[in-house]
Amino acid sequence: MDVLYFAWLRERIGAPKDRIETEAATVNELVEELRAREERYALAFADLSALRVALDQELADFDAPLAGVREVAFFPPMTGG
Amino acid sequence: MRILVQESPFDFAAEAEAFAKGRADLGAVVTFTGQVRDSGGLARMEIEHYPGMTEKALRGIAEEARSRWSLGEVLVIHRHGRLLPGERIMMVATAARHRRDAFEAAEFLMDYLKSRAPFWKKEHFAEGAAWVEAKDEDEDALTRW
Repeated sequence: MDVLYFAWLRERIGAPKDRIETEAATVNELVEELRAREERYALAFADLSALRVALDQELADFDAPLAGVREVAFFPPMTGG
Repeated sequence: MRILVQESPFDFAAEAEAFAKGRADLGAVVTFTGQVRDSGGLARMEIEHYPGMTEKALRGIAEEARSRWSLGEVLVIHRHGRLLPGERIMMVATAARHRRDAFEAAEFLMDYLKSRAPFWKKEHFAEGAAWVEAKDEDEDALTRW
């Protein structure tokens, strides 16, 4: 699946996107896998209360299942308008 | 319903002129536009967005407004990319039979655009840059709807 990062999360990870093969059943499990990858991921995902997640471009919760999901995006709270 | 997400400037006067023009059934038209505010030393603003989700989110918010109020027309334009202080970032317009629907729907759209549309603002100053942080009050503003 494609995992996208935006704003300061993208900057901290140093890439806008990863393509990941995963068995993670939920967003939380995916986050654990990402944290285990490298220090910069662990730092970027240190505080989940500062992050939001979208599954296939719809806002979701971190305990949401990943079955059938093709695109996961992580980002800080939005500042539009 | 007209939803535009674009990097280039938009013509506010032309959009306002064309919006709900000649619609005798729509007695009330509200327009709102947001500009880049400089609270001191701002060189420019960069607005990042999530292509694909942005358009869907804006459409979803506009559809929600149409389901809650009696609206004849809805317009949302939001820019991304590099903007200078004073430049127009976005506009919304609503048209209804009566003004109350038009005003309330426009405020609803603004509240939801702030924290439910995937845009992120970064302010650049001479000495560095910082991402604009979401405010608790913006999130709180959604509870009144």
